[in-house]
Amino acid sequence: MDDMQKLFNSGVLTGEREGAQLPPRELWESKKGGVVVVECPQRIPCNPCATSCPTGAIRPFKDINDTPSVDHSLCTGCTLCVASCPGLACFVIDLTFSEDLALFKLPYEMLPLPRKGDRVACLNRVGEKIAEGTVENITQPRKDRTYVVHVSAPKTVVNDFRAIKVVECHA
Amino acid sequence: MKTLSTEILVIGGGAAGLSAAAEAASAGAKVMVIESDLHLGGQLVKQTHKFFGSKDEYAGTRGFKIAEILLNEIESCKDNVEIHENTTVTGFYSEDKTFTAMRGEESFFHIQAQKTIVATGAQERLIPFVNNDLPGVYGAGAVQTLMNVYGVIPGKRVLMVGAGNIGLIVSYQLMQAGVEVAAIVEAAPRIGGYWVHAAKVRRMGVPILLGHSIKRAVGDRTITGAYITGLNEKFEPVGEETFVDCDVICIAVGLSPTTEILSQAGCKMMYVPQLCGLVARRDMSMKTSNPDFFTAGDASGIEEASAAMVEGRIAGLSAASSLGYLTEHGKLDEYWSRLQSLRSGEAGARICQGIECVLVNGWEDGRNG
Ligand SMILES: Cc1cc2nc3c(=O)[nH]c(=O)nc-3n(C[C@H](O)[C@H](O)[C@H](O)COP(=O)(O)OP(=O)(O)OC[C@H]3O[C@@H](n4cnc5c(N)ncnc54)[C@H](O)[C@@H]3O)c2cc1C
Ligand code: SF4
Ligand code: SF4
Repeated sequence: MDDMQKLFNSGVLTGEREGAQLPPRELWESKKGGVVVVECPQRIPCNPCATSCPTGAIRPFKDINDTPSVDHSLCTGCTLCVASCPGLACFVIDLTFSEDLALFKLPYEMLPLPRKGDRVACLNRVGEKIAEGTVENITQPRKDRTYVVHVSAPKTVVNDFRAIKVVECHA
Repeated sequence: MKTLSTEILVIGGGAAGLSAAAEAASAGAKVMVIESDLHLGGQLVKQTHKFFGSKDEYAGTRGFKIAEILLNEIESCKDNVEIHENTTVTGFYSEDKTFTAMRGEESFFHIQAQKTIVATGAQERLIPFVNNDLPGVYGAGAVQTLMNVYGVIPGKRVLMVGAGNIGLIVSYQLMQAGVEVAAIVEAAPRIGGYWVHAAKVRRMGVPILLGHSIKRAVGDRTITGAYITGLNEKFEPVGEETFVDCDVICIAVGLSPTTEILSQAGCKMMYVPQLCGLVARRDMSMKTSNPDFFTAGDASGIEEASAAMVEGRIAGLSAASSLGYLTEHGKLDEYWSRLQSLRSGEAGARICQGIECVLVNGWEDGRNG
């Protein structure tokens, strides 16, 4: 078994595949509010991403074991799927935030909860710090204690930044 | 000694037992639920994460919230349901069709029931390694109970053994509680649990070492570390031992169905690897070879709460209808189609193989449902 396959087998995405496809670049770059990025490459009996999506951007599943398939043009970046997915596998990334920064809307279920303006560590898929970001907003779309943290960070980490670590503790 | 009696006895108040009780009570049957824990809910009350499954089985809802939903349903038919918590069914004596039960550790009594649904869930497996009797070696269930029921953390830094769903989810919950997870070791060449659960802990920086296992625990009076090693294809240790600094070793290598009562009732049992152990043979109504005994949930094969709830409903429905209570026509078929859709994925294929082995077409006594 090669190393990439081994890495994937341990829960690290190693490239696009079914259930984990990036949005078309042109659409992505122009869409205000951002579009969804889903990373769910295994057939499992699960569908809240699709049932929570108000626009049908995540296409309704024929079979509950389907992997998510996305029509990114319908996505409004509302983050309902981000907050509903039990696998924390949905993210919204807005490339229109500024010239150099993208806005990442990531699910967050840890403590402490950061506050607007906090600097946080941007982690890649194996937990390494790859950049620093700024918390722009915190929402709780479903009022069920899965928070969605909006973090601005350099566009260079768009393909890798998937989790945050709160470094500074506010008093 | 006091004898309590009921129409339908449900042993175990977890996902399966509560669903069975709700279903049978809403059909009009008198139901008694016996739960050895201090509170109803079984495994569900420890699950702070959101569940998979379909909307019918509350996907996207946290486990303990699902327990609340089931308890509310029971509350709505409470005239038909009698609940005994902190009470354990300790045995069944078939010669006089009597159960023995114990409340706390002081009070003992007998129970007689016309039909019984065994929804006793599962037991954790442990693995042998040097020093596995030192304080600090826990089953994953114990860690969850400490953290999520009693609000106590087990230690500061954990080595998790097993990357099935339980090992992955408990690792995540440990991090939520502020405990560091040093590593997850998994003997197989791939994670056994859902990929997304692994991705969640990986991006928090936890290594998952595939093809690795624990060799021995280190410590004088409590755990101060562990040695892990790589495994070859035959699961034999190879290469250097690596030291892992930790004060807790959490074992999450799987569950086995709890089925003693079914054996005592003379139900035909079968060892089915895909269902993780010894389980009762049953027909589509979850009736065992003893026509007065039904089984559901993890006790009938290790699966998921989603399936446990549907099986519980089937058992509750069948037990009530076997006592002559009217049940909605077509419900059994509907429940089976839900089970089938839950089992149609990768993980479900194994379960289906197992079910095929234990399922009988109907029992010879002709009393069907
Ligand atoms: C960490 C973890 C994560 C999980 N995540 C998911 C998930 O995301 N989605 C999902 O669908 N499922 C999940 N599950 C599985 C799910 O929790 C179980 O499949 C489900 O709870 C099984 O329900 P049950 O009623 O059969 O058993 P249990 O919930 O175990 O209930 C059995 C009950 O019977 C009681 N009992 C046993 N023996 C006796 C006796 N002799 N007398 C009286 N009472 C007795 C026990 O105290 C217990 O309360 C998870 C499990 C774990 C451990
Ligand atoms: S962000 Fe909103 S619109 Fe886009 S896929 Fe998710 S739920 Fe649907
Ligand atoms: S809700 Fe999340 S884990 Fe479930 S299928 Fe959708 S993306 Fe995958």
